[in-house]
Amino acid sequence: MTAARAFLEVRDVSLSFDGVRALDHVSLEVARGEVCAIIGPNGAGKSSLLNVVSGLYAPARGTLLFEGRPVHEARDLSRLGIARTFQNLALFRGMTVLENVALGDDFRARATLLEHALRTPRARREERRARLEARHVLALLGIADRAGDVVGRLPYGVQKRVELARALAARPKLLLLDEPMAGMTFDEKRDMCRFVMDARETLGTTLVLIEHDLGVVMDLSDHVVVLDHGRKIADGAPDAVRRDAAVVEAYVGRFAA
Amino acid sequence: MGFFLEVLVGGLLAGVMYTMVALGFVLIYKASGVFNIAQGAMVLFAALTFVTLLEHGVAFVAALVASLAVMLALAVAIERLVLRHLVNAPPMALFLATLGISFILEGTAQLAYGTQVHGLELGVSDAPIAGLPIAISRFDVFAAVVAGALVAALGVFFRTTRAGVGLRAIADDPLAAVAVGLDVPRLWTIAWGGAGVVALVAGLLWGARVGVQFSLSLVVLKALPVLVIGGFSSIGGVIASGAIVGASEKLAEVYVGSHVGGGIETWFPYAMAIGFLLLRPTGLFGRPVVARV
Repeated sequence: MTAARAFLEVRDVSLSFDGVRALDHVSLEVARGEVCAIIGPNGAGKSSLLNVVSGLYAPARGTLLFEGRPVHEARDLSRLGIARTFQNLALFRGMTVLENVALGDDFRARATLLEHALRTPRARREERRARLEARHVLALLGIADRAGDVVGRLPYGVQKRVELARALAARPKLLLLDEPMAGMTFDEKRDMCRFVMDARETLGTTLVLIEHDLGVVMDLSDHVVVLDHGRKIADGAPDAVRRDAAVVEAYVGRFAA
Repeated sequence: MGFFLEVLVGGLLAGVMYTMVALGFVLIYKASGVFNIAQGAMVLFAALTFVTLLEHGVAFVAALVASLAVMLALAVAIERLVLRHLVNAPPMALFLATLGISFILEGTAQLAYGTQVHGLELGVSDAPIAGLPIAISRFDVFAAVVAGALVAALGVFFRTTRAGVGLRAIADDPLAAVAVGLDVPRLWTIAWGGAGVVALVAGLLWGARVGVQFSLSLVVLKALPVLVIGGFSSIGGVIASGAIVGASEKLAEVYVGSHVGGGIETWFPYAMAIGFLLLRPTGLFGRPVVARV
């Protein structure tokens, strides 16, 4: 893994909030096509790291390279091929499932406001395509029958799927998932695992995910990065990380067994 | 009964005029969380531009198109030059910025157009429609039809256009809007442009009703109770609350005011608004803010 070839490279990133160090000289590399899990105790800086990678936080220092190019603003990310979901869901709650998912792909549309007002062929074609694409993704995730429902009224587990669907609708090269299975039942988790792996297969997406369920992590990932107090304390294959002494210490009791 | 209906219908139609002003607020508030107190000055500016063009012999339609262009340019300029640079500023800073813009606009309008009062004739008389059992002003009905068309156009815009759907998305969750790659600054520009158009329509209707003069910018004060009652982020809400405010202030004036010597109309909507603030702070249709803790 040479630095220049990495698919995603986080280089020496630090981030503080009012003097509290959230990330402390964190570097890591993610290879194309792999599933990389970021784990660590609460407050370890996992979400901060994901927010830096998705451009929502500007790091105090360090750089971020995606396919060898520096990344700056969140708005550019979808164009570069990066999509994400959020720990606490960031959905358009007053809108329908279909509208939410279609917006995932909106950055590709080119028709202007005037074209929409005049219903030009391009505007209609783009609209049709976005809806078709959205329905396709909904079918993949088994929520096609919810297309017309208002998101805010759906159960939590379904909302999680809608958010994943919206991210997938962007057909991202890199998908960032912040606790995609948090608060889910065992069955929901199993379904979610399947959806995530299917998506990776069909889209060839590289995955970076934060997850607390270590069973899920060990099953899904090719590569595990462990954070603790904003520092990276381990990085490697799941089995190697499982045996790492520093990790065991950070997870005392939970990992020791 | 006939008299009651007459007051009620008159009030409802007056409420339409308040809604017209409130709509401009809602567009900007939904898109960017800015409470644009300059909306009143924009209404004034639009009416003055139009009436000045007319007085210089410009044809009605040409003046309308030119005023539309001026208002679009003005609204976009305000957003680009001032508010875009205040992203993440506290709400009070944003409010004060728009208050400043309001005074600058009024001052500029005075410099450019002078201070005299202009009459504005849209070709619809304020006389009662003949042949109806109750007296209903032709102009009020005209205003309601124009407002209805504008609201319908906004409805289509928000339902079917990319920009409209994008603006609803921003209103729902700004963070998610950024995360899916919506061009938020571009959408803000569009929202301001829309507020400029709404200001023009409101300016023409209000100008024709009360004359084009500097007190026109005070219609903004009439929109406040409508906004509080309807909710700052709900178009449907301000339509309903405009009707409520218009009808209730007229009914209160006629039926209660007559016993206490009148003058209720001017403060009654504010009393209602305070009642709403106490009992239902999110307005009729405004959504309560729920935060995960």
